[in-house]
Amino acid sequence: MSQYISTARSQERVLETNKVLKNTYMLLAATLFFSAVMATVSIALQVPSWTYLASVIGAMVLGMFVLPKAARSANGIGVIFLITGLLGFGLGSILSMYLALPKGPQIIGTAFAGTGIIFLALSGYVLTSRKDFSFLGGFLFAGMVAVIVAIVASLFLQMPALSMALSAAIILLMSGFILFDTSRIINGGETNYIMATYGIYLSIFNIFISLLHLLGIASDD
Amino acid sequence: MELFLKIALAGLLLMMVWRLWPVAKDQMANGPKGTQSEWRGFAIILLLVIGFVMLLVALVRG
Repeated sequence: MSQYISTARSQERVLETNKVLKNTYMLLAATLFFSAVMATVSIALQVPSWTYLASVIGAMVLGMFVLPKAARSANGIGVIFLITGLLGFGLGSILSMYLALPKGPQIIGTAFAGTGIIFLALSGYVLTSRKDFSFLGGFLFAGMVAVIVAIVASLFLQMPALSMALSAAIILLMSGFILFDTSRIINGGETNYIMATYGIYLSIFNIFISLLHLLGIASDD
Repeated sequence: MELFLKIALAGLLLMMVWRLWPVAKDQMANGPKGTQSEWRGFAIILLLVIGFVMLLVALVRG
């Protein structure tokens, strides 16, 4: 009897995990598409470069203070679209600057394709191997703290070498977060698909921005 | 305008560090520890990512 109950519970858990995973990827696709639309609008409006900083600040405030509470209800979907829309709008001002460069469209296309391949390869690896990457938690959070401190320094110190090293570190850190977050979803550690989407979206966004920066420097533009 | 935004962003980022630090400390002290083979697997993945980024850089330089 207890064996049947245990089997039924484990089946229930698998169904719940698959539901979270499906909802996460559906919401992720929708938010990425919405960001792309907002970036296109921003490029068309030719917004000034400081729009990026203002959008990041707005998105951070919403992500830190509003989303954790809103994600427990349907309001969370509206908040996550607001955050990703803001980030997409801010991204448009950066893309406008790159589009003005001789190799700009090539850099943007390469960064876009590169981000997609990194994300698909890493999440595909976790989903097929079903490996548990929860052991990365300490390393990733400590790395995140170190990177944020370095970002604060690079905001005021105009050091190209520091910002280049930071972009490389962010790509590696966010790759680790994709493994960690996807593994948490499939192992039942994350049951809220809105928060799961937010985590993976931020990893993809940060990889894209950092790759854009590195490729921009590498192309000598 | 830009300096004001940079100061605001720096403030938010430092607030984030203040909130993340206890999580990082707790994860390092009480979080699951990986085996040597798990860390080796992770290092290989990171090396593949580095190789791929270098390939993209070479493509753009082309």
